[in-house]
Amino acid sequence: MSDIESPSRESTAETETGAGTGTGTESDADFEPAEPNTGESFEPVDVFPDSDDFDLRPGADSCYKCSTCDTNCPVAEVDDDFPGPKFQGPEQWRLKQTDDDHEVDDSIMDCSNCMRCDNACPSGVPLSQMHNTARSQYVDEQMSKLSVEYWRNRVLANYRTSAWLASKVPRVATRAMNFGPARWVMEKTMGVTSEREFPAFATETFTDWWAAEGGAAGSRERARASRKRRGESVDADKKIAYFHGCYAEYNTPEVGKALVRVFEHFGYEVVVPDQGCSGTPMFANGMLDDARRHAEVTVSSMADLVEEGYDAVASCTSCSMALRQEYPELFDIDGIDDVASHTFESVEYLRIHEDLSGAIQEADVGDDLAAEFAYHAPCHARNQGLDRQAVELFRDLDGVGVEDVGESCSGISGTYGWKEEKYEKSMVIGEEMFEHMEHADGETGMTECPTCAMQMEHGTGYEVRHPLELLEAALVE
Amino acid sequence: MVGGGLAGLTSALSAARAGVDVRLVSYKQSTLRHASGLVDILGYAPGGDGGGPLSDPYAAIPDLPAEHPYSTVGEVTVREAMALFDEVATDYRGEHTDRNALLPTHGGTVKPTARYPAGAAAGLASDDRDALLVGFESLVDFDAPHAAAHLEAAGVPFDVRGVTIRFPGDLRADAKVTRYAKLLDTDGDVSVDGRERPVRGALADRVERELDGEGRVGFPAVLGDDRAGAVRAALGDRLEVDVFEVPMGPPSLPGLRLEDALFDAVDEAGVSIETGNPVVDYECAQTDGRERTDGNTDRVERVFVEKNGARIPYSAEQYVLATGGLVGKGVESDRETVREPVFDCHVPHSDDRYDWFETEAFGDHPFAAFGVSTDDRLRPLDADGAVEFANLRAAGSVLGGYDFAAEKSGSGVSLATGYAAGRDAAGVSA
Repeated sequence: MSDIESPSRESTAETETGAGTGTGTESDADFEPAEPNTGESFEPVDVFPDSDDFDLRPGADSCYKCSTCDTNCPVAEVDDDFPGPKFQGPEQWRLKQTDDDHEVDDSIMDCSNCMRCDNACPSGVPLSQMHNTARSQYVDEQMSKLSVEYWRNRVLANYRTSAWLASKVPRVATRAMNFGPARWVMEKTMGVTSEREFPAFATETFTDWWAAEGGAAGSRERARASRKRRGESVDADKKIAYFHGCYAEYNTPEVGKALVRVFEHFGYEVVVPDQGCSGTPMFANGMLDDARRHAEVTVSSMADLVEEGYDAVASCTSCSMALRQEYPELFDIDGIDDVASHTFESVEYLRIHEDLSGAIQEADVGDDLAAEFAYHAPCHARNQGLDRQAVELFRDLDGVGVEDVGESCSGISGTYGWKEEKYEKSMVIGEEMFEHMEHADGETGMTECPTCAMQMEHGTGYEVRHPLELLEAALVE
Repeated sequence: MVGGGLAGLTSALSAARAGVDVRLVSYKQSTLRHASGLVDILGYAPGGDGGGPLSDPYAAIPDLPAEHPYSTVGEVTVREAMALFDEVATDYRGEHTDRNALLPTHGGTVKPTARYPAGAAAGLASDDRDALLVGFESLVDFDAPHAAAHLEAAGVPFDVRGVTIRFPGDLRADAKVTRYAKLLDTDGDVSVDGRERPVRGALADRVERELDGEGRVGFPAVLGDDRAGAVRAALGDRLEVDVFEVPMGPPSLPGLRLEDALFDAVDEAGVSIETGNPVVDYECAQTDGRERTDGNTDRVERVFVEKNGARIPYSAEQYVLATGGLVGKGVESDRETVREPVFDCHVPHSDDRYDWFETEAFGDHPFAAFGVSTDDRLRPLDADGAVEFANLRAAGSVLGGYDFAAEKSGSGVSLATGYAAGRDAAGVSA
C-alpha cells in the first residue's frame, strides 16, 4: 500500500491531457500503472457515454443499505407486496445496468411518490428521482397504451385538463362528477374509486378573479399603498410570481386570493404568469412526457421573471416541491435551475423576508374562522423543511390553536388514493391520521396540500383550511 | 442547533429549558433510528487495555485523558445530563444505579450500558433465569441459535437456547421492520392455516410450542412501535413468561421510539425544528481578515441553509454544532486532509494519511478519534489553540479525543456535551 503516492507533477500533466479527451489517447509507453490517476487531476470515466439521461450512478453507489428509507415508506408498512424504496431506487437501478433485458418491476406503480425516502436517506441518495425515472421507463416501455390502467392514470394525471373543461360549467360538472350511477360506471370501466366525493369546482376560477381585480397593475397599486402604510419606500423591490397550480385555480380560489391579499399586505406586487400543471400527478403516474410539456410552459415564463428579479411562490407544497426539486432532477430545460433556486412555498417566503412571527404576535383572529385546527403536514412539505412551519408559526397567534396530528402520511398521495385498487390501502395508511384528528381539540382541519385535504375531509368529515386563509384572517383587514 | 441526533436534541432541550429561543436545523431526519436504543456512558477504558467491561463508568472518568470530552465537561455534568435523559426518556431503565448493566445484543455479545429500554429489561445478562431466543426466518439480521450459542460461549449465568420460526402470516421475505411493528401494534389479522386471526395470539401460540420451561423469551426488537409495551404484555401474558426485545442494528425500532420520545420533549420545550436541508456555510461579523487576538475573536453572524440551490440565512446569538462524526458527515476526509465542513473548524490530524490508521483491522485507529478539539466551554479551537468563534460550541461525535465505538461512550458523550453546550449557549454557567 505504501507505494501508492500522489502522482508527480509531470505525470499529472500527462494524465490531464489523457483524461481531458475522455478516451485515453496516451500511447502504451506513457501508461504508468504504478502511478494511479489520483488527486486534483482525477476525472471520473464516463461510464455511459451514449446516454442523454441523468447519471444516477452516484446515487446507487452512495446507498449503503441501512434501510432507513424503508422504515419511512408508508406503503411498505401496510402492503405485503411492496418491496420498498431501497429496492425501487438504487437496487433496481443496478439491475438495469447489468442486464439489458431487465424489466422494471411492476411494483413501481405501487409507490405513491410521497418522497419521504428522500428526507430519510443519510447518504444523499436521490431516491425519488430514481423512482420517477424507473416509473417513467415502466410506463413507456412495459405498460400497454391500450390498457384501461394507462388511460385511467393518464386522465387522473392530467387533472388540469378535466378541471379546465369542468370550469366552463362548474355547477353542472360538480353535480355530474358526483352523480352516483356515473361514478359506478367510472369505477367499473375506468377503475376510479366511487368511494370518494369529487371536489366542487369553483364558479369563478382564480385567474378570472385575478383579472377582475386588475391583474398585475392592480396588484402594483395595492402593494404601493401597503408599503406607504408600512412606512417602507413605495418603490421597494418586492415582487413575486404566483404559481397557483390547478387546485387553487379551479377548486379553491380562496387559497389563491388569500395569498394575493397577504402578500400585498406585506407590500409585494404579485404577477400571475402563464403556467401549466406542476407535474406532480404526472410524475406519480410515470408520465414524464406530459409533465415536461407543462414544465416547459412554466419554466419559460418563470425563468424570464426570475431574471427580472421575481421569486416564484406557490401555495401548494407539492407544486413548490416539483418546481424546486423534481424539475431540475428530471428535465433539462433552459433556466430550470434558476427557477428551482428561486421557488418558495408562500409562508416560507414570508418567514424568510418579513417579520412574520412579529406580525402574528400582534394579531388576532375574528369569529369567521375556527379557533382550533387539526393540522396535518403533507409529505411533500417534509423535504422542504416545512412540516412544522404552520404549527410553530401559529403558536403565537392569540385565540388560535393549531395541533399537529402526527407524522403519518395521509395516504391519498394525489391520484394514488383515487385508484379503485389502491383505495383500501390509502385508507389503511390514513387511519393513523384520522385517529389523531379525532383526538385533536379542533374539528377543522388544516394542511397546505389539496389532496391531503381531500383525504382529511373524506376520513373525518372535517372542513379543511389552508394556513394562508388563517394568515389572511389574522393579518389582512 | 445544527444537527438532529442525540447531541443536537439534548442541547436544544437543555437550552430551551434554560429559557432561550431555540431552532434546531437538521439535514435529514434524526439518525437515532440507526442506534440500537441502548444508551451507554462508558463501557470500556480507552486505549484497549483488555481490562474487560467497566462496572462503574463514573469511577473511570477521572482517569480519562485530558482531551476526552468527559474530561472537558466533568463528571458532575455527565450526571446532570443523565438525569435530564431519565426525566424525558421515561421508558428507560438503569437509573437506579451508577453501575453498567450487561445487555445481550443481536449478535450474541454482551454490551455494558448505562441505560436500556424497558423492553430489553427482562433480557439482562446478569439475570440467572433461563432464556429462549426466538428469531424469525425472514428477519435474517437476528439469528437466534447463533446468538444463543455466542451468549453461552460468553459464559452467561443461565441456559439460553435459540430457535428460528416462521412469523405467522404471509409477510414478504424482505418485509420491513416497520411492517412487523405495525402489524403487532394494531394486532392485525394474519392468515394461519387458512384461518384469519390476530397476530399477537398467533405468534404466542407458535412460540409456546418451543418453550421448555424458560422464564423469559427474547425476540428481535420489532415488537411494536407506538404500543410496544402492550405488545410485550400481550405476548407475555399468553406465554406466562417475561418477554424482552434484543436490540438490533439499523434501522432500529428502539432507536425510533427514543427519537419520538426526545422529539416530543424538545417540542414541548418550545423548540422549533426543521429537517430536510443542510446548513452549508456561515458568515462572520468580522470578515475583514484582521489578525485575531484575544478579545477579538470572530463571531458567527449567520449560517446558510441550502434549499435546492437557494441559500437561506438563519441568524442566532449562539450556535451549537452537532453534525456527527465521520459516519454522520460532521467530519469529512479525503486523501489530503480531514475537515469539518460547515464552519471549517480545525480537526487535528497528521499530515501523513498513513498515520491515520493502524494496520490491524481492530487496532487503536487514530481516525476513530478525529474531531474538533475545544476549550473547556466546548468551543472549537483552531490549529493554534485559539477559540475559532466566540459563539460556537460543539457537541457529540463531531468532537475529537475519544473513540466511541471502542469504548462504548457514544450516547453518553452526546448527552453530556449536548447538555453542557446547550446550557452554555443559553448563558447558564456551569
